[in-house]
Amino acid sequence: MSDAANDTPDRLRVLLVDDEVGYVNVLANRLEKRGMDVARATSGTAALQTVRNREFDVVVLDLKMEDMDGIEVLRIFKQMDASMEVIMLTGHGSQAAAREGLACGAFDYLTKPCDLDELLEKIRQASAHRKNRK
Amino acid sequence: MTERTEHLKEDSAGQAAPPIRKMSSEGQQTGRAYYGQLRRNIIITMITVSFTPMLLVIAILLFQFSTSYHEKTYAHLEEMVQKHKQNIDTFLSEKLANIRFLVASTNIETLTDKSFLQAKLQQLQEEYGDVFVDMGVVDETGKQLSYAGPYELHNVRYLEADWFKRAINRDFFISDVFMGLRGSPHFIITVRRQYEPSVFILRATIDFRAFNTLVENLRVGETGHAFILNKEGRFQTRPAVEEARWQNSYDYFVDRMEDSKRSVEIIERPDGSGAEHLYAIAELKGGDWLLIFKQETGDAFEDISRVFRISGIIFLLGGSGIVMTVIALTRRMVRRIMKADKEKEKLNQQMIEAGKLASVGELAAGIAHEINNPVAIMVEEAGWIEDLLEEEEFAESENLSEFQRALRQIGTQGRRCKEITHKLLSFARKTDTTVKDVQLNDLIREIVDLSAQMARYNKVTITTEFQPDLPYVTLSPAEMQQVMLNLINNAIDAMGNSGGTIHIATKLSRLEKDHIVITVEDNGPGIPESNLSRIFDPFFTTKPVGKGTGLGLSICYGIVQKNGGNIDVHSTVGKGTRFRVWIPFQKPGNPGKQKYKPTRSQT
Repeated sequence: MSDAANDTPDRLRVLLVDDEVGYVNVLANRLEKRGMDVARATSGTAALQTVRNREFDVVVLDLKMEDMDGIEVLRIFKQMDASMEVIMLTGHGSQAAAREGLACGAFDYLTKPCDLDELLEKIRQASAHRKNRK
Repeated sequence: MTERTEHLKEDSAGQAAPPIRKMSSEGQQTGRAYYGQLRRNIIITMITVSFTPMLLVIAILLFQFSTSYHEKTYAHLEEMVQKHKQNIDTFLSEKLANIRFLVASTNIETLTDKSFLQAKLQQLQEEYGDVFVDMGVVDETGKQLSYAGPYELHNVRYLEADWFKRAINRDFFISDVFMGLRGSPHFIITVRRQYEPSVFILRATIDFRAFNTLVENLRVGETGHAFILNKEGRFQTRPAVEEARWQNSYDYFVDRMEDSKRSVEIIERPDGSGAEHLYAIAELKGGDWLLIFKQETGDAFEDISRVFRISGIIFLLGGSGIVMTVIALTRRMVRRIMKADKEKEKLNQQMIEAGKLASVGELAAGIAHEINNPVAIMVEEAGWIEDLLEEEEFAESENLSEFQRALRQIGTQGRRCKEITHKLLSFARKTDTTVKDVQLNDLIREIVDLSAQMARYNKVTITTEFQPDLPYVTLSPAEMQQVMLNLINNAIDAMGNSGGTIHIATKLSRLEKDHIVITVEDNGPGIPESNLSRIFDPFFTTKPVGKGTGLGLSICYGIVQKNGGNIDVHSTVGKGTRFRVWIPFQKPGNPGKQKYKPTRSQT
């Protein structure tokens, strides 16, 4: 979690976006413990701000936020950087939104609450996908 | 097989109307009163509508008939009385003519000769029978100069006799009937002749009986008879016994005829006894006498009353026929309405049930969404602690394994929460409702395969009995899979650890046309009667707290209803439970939609 660690090239850079602060924090802790470089954003606008300043391999984006619609945030991300890989977190039963997200270029989606191992696996796949594209 | 079918029918009758069972006894009471009133109203309306024209037609026909019959009867009476009046008048004038001829053709000396008079009387009697009784010649002093006849009346003086006073002043005269000196009823005809210087009268007595027969012959029907009255209202013919008693009542006719200009007057009025009678009256003898024909009205119009009687009988028979038909028809109609209303009521109940499900679903979805986030945080925090425990400083802690067990437990329970919320959300969310043509046998076989593992684990055997070549049904396969899965899981859960058998069968329904019936039958402990009626209610569960959401059967119910089908349950405690699902299929010839092909590997 030091600055030196951030510079290590093989550490995956992940941005977590969710308006549930508690969820973002604990998930970030667990991902960092598994060797990832995790940035946190607890609103759509904060996420956009963060993405402008830094580059990420994978963004984990909650589709249901109070200030902005997740799909909207996703669209802006993709306009800014088409190579950015986004994994969506959806509630169960909002498959329609998930499908819409996939149509907008999201990598995949997971239903909340999700299994950590599943999330890790998806992040790795997304990152590999990004590298292949580049 | 037949035994089984009968069993099914009996059940369906018993299970057909659970929503109606909910109707309170008070509701049934008012319902009965409502149908009673409906029946009465229909009966009254139908009877009024059918009777009014019938009554009108009968009344008009009877009125017309009665009027024309009256006219006919009147005309007939008038003609008859007119004829008899002429007969009597002819009789009288003929007799008068005989006497006048005798007087004119003979001088007074000859007339006073007794033997001549005798000869003439004999001559007349030969000609007219016993009409002429006797003859006499009377001078102006009233003295009878000569007499021929059976009585000893020679030299009798008639000066004071009523008839004489009138006869002496007229050329001829016909008297009223009177008793006179001889003591028997008779009337006389007189002709006056002037032999200067004095005046003579030839009088002839007319036999009362001979005259009476003229009138007595006039008989019509049972009560129609005739008689003659003079101007004082006295009988000039022999009346019937009862007629004599009401002598006074005939003054009316005398007065009436004086005013009348018609030759025959017809009057209807009661006689002395009060009974309505028909009278036909004609003047005789230039108005001195009245010929009266009298008949009871009922007798005169016998035909009319017969027609009235026959019409009455026809009306009564026809009317009672109509009334009975109306009652029978109305009963049948009201029964139909009742049945239709019951079906409507049932439908309404189902609508309410469906509405309830929908709103519960929306509510549940909202809650589930809200709960997901805290649950996710809890699960992740537990995971985070687990992560931290792996670090070295905790490795030596004696309670480490206990910590780890507790954290795993949190994780497990968190996943259970997730399952519950996911089930809730499945209940409410719009699942893949794309409809396809589905072969139910294939779909069920696939679900049975899926459940086989879990069934084996619970020592449950699943047997199937599919009727081959079932028609395709059009519905969402995902939804139908959920229905079957819920039913099978329920059955497995119901049998608990002891295991058992689940029998799943499909066939064309005999009770519901164009429906396939799926039976899922277990030999588990059964469901108590008190729970059966609530079994499809959302959140109703008999499983221990935390084991079931109480939504499975609600979801089944909602899906089956949505697809135009029906679901029912029959259970005997200790023997087992049977669910039946009816799914309608489209008629052959309907262009099929996209065909559903089950994939065995689907999870």
